[in-house]
Amino acid sequence: MNAMLENGVVATVAGVLREYLMLLFGNQFLTDLIMKFIGIGAVIGVILSAAIVFTYAERKVCAFIQVRLGPNRVGGRFGLLQPFADMLKLMSKEDIIPAGCDRVVWALSPMLLFVPSALAYAFFPFDKGAVFADVNVGVFLLIAISSQAVLPFLMGGYASNSKYAMIGGMRTVAQMLSYEAPMVFSLLGIVMLTGSLKMSDIVAVQADNVWFVLLQPVAFVIFVITATAETNRTPFDLVEGESEIVAGAFAEYSGMRWALFFLAEYANLLAVSILTTTFFLGGWSGPVLPGVVWFWLKALFMVFFFMWLRWTLPRTRIDQMLSLSWKVLLPLALANVMCTGIGVYIYRWL
Amino acid sequence: MPQTETYILNMGPQHPSTHGVLRVNLELDGERILRATPMMGYLHRGIEKLLEARTYVQGVPYTDRLDYVSSMNNNFGYCRAVEELAGIEVPERAEYIRVIMAELNRIASHQVFIGSLANDLGASTGMLYTFRDREEILDLFDLVCGARMTFHYIRVGGVARDLPPEFAEKCRKFLDRVPEFTAEYANLLMGNEIFQRRLKGVSRLTPEQALAHNMTGPNIRATGIPFDIRKVDGYSVYPRFGFEVPVGENGDNWDRFQVRFREITESARIVRQALDGLPEGPVMAKFPKMLKPPQGEVFSRTEGTRGELGFYIVSDGTAKPYRVHIRRPSFINMQALDDMCRGYLIGDSVVAFSAIDPLMGEVDC
Repeated sequence: MNAMLENGVVATVAGVLREYLMLLFGNQFLTDLIMKFIGIGAVIGVILSAAIVFTYAERKVCAFIQVRLGPNRVGGRFGLLQPFADMLKLMSKEDIIPAGCDRVVWALSPMLLFVPSALAYAFFPFDKGAVFADVNVGVFLLIAISSQAVLPFLMGGYASNSKYAMIGGMRTVAQMLSYEAPMVFSLLGIVMLTGSLKMSDIVAVQADNVWFVLLQPVAFVIFVITATAETNRTPFDLVEGESEIVAGAFAEYSGMRWALFFLAEYANLLAVSILTTTFFLGGWSGPVLPGVVWFWLKALFMVFFFMWLRWTLPRTRIDQMLSLSWKVLLPLALANVMCTGIGVYIYRWL
Repeated sequence: MPQTETYILNMGPQHPSTHGVLRVNLELDGERILRATPMMGYLHRGIEKLLEARTYVQGVPYTDRLDYVSSMNNNFGYCRAVEELAGIEVPERAEYIRVIMAELNRIASHQVFIGSLANDLGASTGMLYTFRDREEILDLFDLVCGARMTFHYIRVGGVARDLPPEFAEKCRKFLDRVPEFTAEYANLLMGNEIFQRRLKGVSRLTPEQALAHNMTGPNIRATGIPFDIRKVDGYSVYPRFGFEVPVGENGDNWDRFQVRFREITESARIVRQALDGLPEGPVMAKFPKMLKPPQGEVFSRTEGTRGELGFYIVSDGTAKPYRVHIRRPSFINMQALDDMCRGYLIGDSVVAFSAIDPLMGEVDC
């Protein structure tokens, strides 16, 4: 038990599994390969179960904020089977292909959107020593991958042969270009404090010292604002803009294709919550409880926080959003980087 | 040099924020609106013609279907026109009840406005809160006439039946809640930075423009012109009550919101005074069953929730009107949509539309 707390629950379980597989196959390469597949399975499992849990949670949180009851028919008083009913409905829906659409691009768009959101999970430190790919350029790679999400949106918008979808696609480009810059600069302060781009190092430093939310409050606020834009949720759901451009890039999708967009949206929501947790809230570090429990507590709190924002705030306008990120957030983030640099320099000098 | 072109975006008739079946033809340059043309007629039911095919008394329920969010006001307007034409004296108690109903319905209608404006701004939670409070008014109407929509309560010559004994108490209870929920709306919406930035300075109309478009109701009051038919004409028993006419300053969407928001409180004031001064007596005038007004014509206007609601009726001396024309405020206010959208963004067009607060049942008639 002590060893488990020392090394982290997930890492210990993985270690035991590896030893067992090693005994079974007696081959280092084969064991490594199987372990990789188990890891991929686990990450995909996390994403899929997150989508199931979050559809339910979103409905219930939304209902709570809107003084309603929410789902209460399917699966008992609390409507626990609602996500499965939703899933069945989506699977049984007709796949409508709009006339005059670019079929290949149109079909590729939802799949490609899911790839970057799923890929990002490879770098998340779920627990001490439990990172699927702990590369030494983690933060950089993560941002590079997550910014790929702009292309599928544009593809979907372009290929749908619909003006609403096209406007949605163009808005995505404008929005993603403008919020990624302050987001990157807000993370730079953390990288400077840590001295490493490795995700596990960032958490380890926080576990040994203090959470970065205390050292980098400005960066935290900037990151949360830009993260809301990343997930396309209110107040920055301009890409979707239900009351303006209906559903934006995925206005013409239905059935399982739409479900993929939906899945990617929730994968994204969890991803930014995990990122906030990792960068600012100390990741898996915390007293008494095992690291993985702390990790999920913090991540799910952030998920709740984003849902809370979504159901309370109105939507901004596209020009307001752009001017906010270029004229306010970016200079703020740059100033934050400068202050952090001076702070680090003084600290070392002392 | 690449050439860019403007393009046409058809908003509606199936669109989540066109409040029914309006279609707006937007000419766009990227996201900027160059021209907005409202296209109407998707909900046309020929109510004017239907009214001409029925007797005067039978026509009342059709007016319910005009502006179905504030049916009481429509009943009121039509009945006043018929009474003026036929020279019917309405009992005082009936007049008081009518005013109570009309003002309660105004509150309900403005709640719908606030809710749908918030919804169009992407804050769908706002809608649930206003609809929750509107439910209390609907319960009051339910108590009075058994219907929650299309009431057919105000009739030619008075009202359908007297108020139930528990009405006054329940109504007072609701009126006591008015400051509570208006404070809640103010707290949830008006203090919000995004909400303010989306509304302030957007879709501005000068008083001259508003007059040129013949706008009425809260829309013209938002530009600073205190034109309220309840004050100007002083019809029914309105002159006996003290109330203010809220006006805006800039004529932007923020002022349109503010004017309606403050009107809720003023309407509650009127209802309270009417309840206090409610006289005893009959609630229905005596007039022949088959009403045959003398030959002639009448134009009678009342302050509907959306503006000047006018009924023009021509009688040829028979039991049915020869011609009925309805001056629907929503329809006429809609003309300003182009001026309100031009030069703003797509996101603003939805808000401009919501701020005019048209009801498609009334626009298409």
